Amino acid sequence: MMTKHNPFRCARTTLMTLVASVSVSLALTANAASLPTAEINTTGLAITDDTVTVGILHSLTGTMAISETGAQEAEKLAIKQINDMGGILGRKIEIIQEDGASDWPTFAEKSRKLLVRDKVAAVFGCWTSASRKAALPVFEKENGLLYYPTFYEGLEQSKNVIYTGQEATQQILDGLNWVAKEKKAKTYYLIGSDYIWPRTSMKIARKHIENVLGGKVVGEQYKPLGDTQFGSVINKIRLKKPDVIYAAVVGGSNVAWFKQLKAAGITSKKQTLLTISVTEDEVLGIGGENLEGFYSIMKYFQSQDNENNKAFVAAFKEMWGEDSVIGDVTQAAYLGPWLWKAAVEKAGSFDVDKVVEASETGEIELTTAPEGYVKLHPNHHLWSVARVGRWNKDGQATVVYESELIEPDPFPAGYQ
Amino acid sequence: MLGGYTYGELGSILAMQGFAGFSLFSVLLLMALGLAIIFGQMGVINMAHGEFMAAGAYTTYLIATLTEQYFPAFMPYYFVFAIVVAFFVAGALGYLAEFALIRHLYKRPLDTLLATWGLSLIMQQSYRSIFGAREVSPTLPEWLLGSYQPTDTIDIPLNGMFVLVLTAVVTFAVFYLMFKSRWGLRVRATTQNRVMSGAVGINTNKVDRYTFALGCGIAGIAGAAFTTIASTGPTTGTLYIVDTFMVVVFGGAASLFGTIASAFSIAQAQSILEFFISGSMAKVYTLVTLVLILMFKPEGLFASKVRR
Repeated sequence: MMTKHNPFRCARTTLMTLVASVSVSLALTANAASLPTAEINTTGLAITDDTVTVGILHSLTGTMAISETGAQEAEKLAIKQINDMGGILGRKIEIIQEDGASDWPTFAEKSRKLLVRDKVAAVFGCWTSASRKAALPVFEKENGLLYYPTFYEGLEQSKNVIYTGQEATQQILDGLNWVAKEKKAKTYYLIGSDYIWPRTSMKIARKHIENVLGGKVVGEQYKPLGDTQFGSVINKIRLKKPDVIYAAVVGGSNVAWFKQLKAAGITSKKQTLLTISVTEDEVLGIGGENLEGFYSIMKYFQSQDNENNKAFVAAFKEMWGEDSVIGDVTQAAYLGPWLWKAAVEKAGSFDVDKVVEASETGEIELTTAPEGYVKLHPNHHLWSVARVGRWNKDGQATVVYESELIEPDPFPAGYQ
Repeated sequence: MLGGYTYGELGSILAMQGFAGFSLFSVLLLMALGLAIIFGQMGVINMAHGEFMAAGAYTTYLIATLTEQYFPAFMPYYFVFAIVVAFFVAGALGYLAEFALIRHLYKRPLDTLLATWGLSLIMQQSYRSIFGAREVSPTLPEWLLGSYQPTDTIDIPLNGMFVLVLTAVVTFAVFYLMFKSRWGLRVRATTQNRVMSGAVGINTNKVDRYTFALGCGIAGIAGAAFTTIASTGPTTGTLYIVDTFMVVVFGGAASLFGTIASAFSIAQAQSILEFFISGSMAKVYTLVTLVLILMFKPEGLFASKVRR
């Protein structure tokens, strides 16, 4: 097959470019010859001799745009870096981006468009569990491949999804162990926004507190999404005097919750607070001064001090601006394209079935991940480390605790 | 005794809970005031009300950022200044919207609904393009952070007190303007009889435009004040718009006094219920009660004359 390269056009440019492009074109031809498109793509995906097309599907508009912006920026950075290294199997990655518009049916519709019309080889996308649940049937029916970046409630494992965030037990259990040991916590107050992720997470947390740690849950509260009035809830918490407030409030409510907590005089001096819903992204809205001294459990913090992370943060800032911050999900999204690259190269093919098979060997690992070392488990989730970070006034966290590498367990026995 | 609590502790909780109710009341009232003026005096349902609030909030954020960078010494005082600017920015935007859009649709009230909704989408997308999709918060002056402690066990949030005082000031100013000034007289005259007002020499178009601008300006003040309790994003306005409508409709669409009474009863019901049952259920009960009352009293708590 012919490559897209046109020698007549090159003739018009300088000699240097001519030489360069001929050699590039030779390299591509060589690759295409050793790995013919017909062999590495038997299912009719959008792959040519020098390009492979993938989809990015996040909300660019609507409420979720706040959170999903970072994820799609990280995915683009990873893809750019992969392309700079020569692409995957000699093919440069091209992106088709669609907007999920914070609307779950739209995620399903755009997934279908990407898989059926554009025939993309993989999709990096979704953020909320609701959007993933909406898109999932489409990916399973059309046999697509989705890399999903968010930490989530677990209880799911699809052949067509690779989960690059941590599932609930990887995030929750070690954080609770830490607070029980370190802060001698006995009584807990659980508060979250009212939807599936906080409710499932709290269920797991409650079982762990009551059955494993021998502690007591003195209150459990859910607020409607978007609610910004926490006065009454704060008074209720005050009445119960818990050792630890365990919080999973999200979105605009999250900001109101922390601002009002501070205004009510509940600060880290008097109260230990552990949250599973605050990353560097959220701090931007909440303000470091309102969070100072409180703790987050995540698997990644921007301040992590290792070579991988320093390079990643520098590259991210160079591409998206000096002021950008990187949260847990942004980092997990960054892993998606790299994990896909590793699996495709192991499979020697872009076919979804073969890529999935390669992913399930348990041998796909990244030593260059900003969070440290990650490995893909045959159950499609990542082995990951739980980290507790204490927030500082400047909006960055100091990591105060790191767990061992935790095996992902999306269906935890005794916690359902 | 009393489940392990002393009378002192329970008293403190009662005091703080009482304040939480008043605080919610002031928030609801401040949100609804601008909408009530526009809806009540002009019959226009402004679906973009929340976005005018966001305009005020973003103005505050901008001023805070600029102050922090160029005049750090001014930081403790900028907030008062920001509220005034927010009023004028949102008011100017409202003036513009009335001039370009609303005035062409006065005879078609349903179309104003659609047009202002479209306007709200345009404004949301503009905020997203200008300020980015992420939520922002201005750095607040020290005196707005933390709490006032009259005793060891009572913490009264300073930002809540600030919003309460601001709401009182704005409400009195609106009442003065509406019922004591020449301009208010003209507004009320136009509301009661547009043709007659025109005949006696009142420029009714001008009255409409300034009323609309005033309503939007007050929304701007509300937006500025709410940066102390929540954050600002492109879609922040949509968080408030439902509560705002609830207050205005429940209070009787055309009555400022009704708006106050309605904000008070909704806030107290909500905060008391929330203390005893879960947050989500408190909202459900409040809304169900509201719907039931409106079924028997469709014109709201206080009905008054509306321009036909």
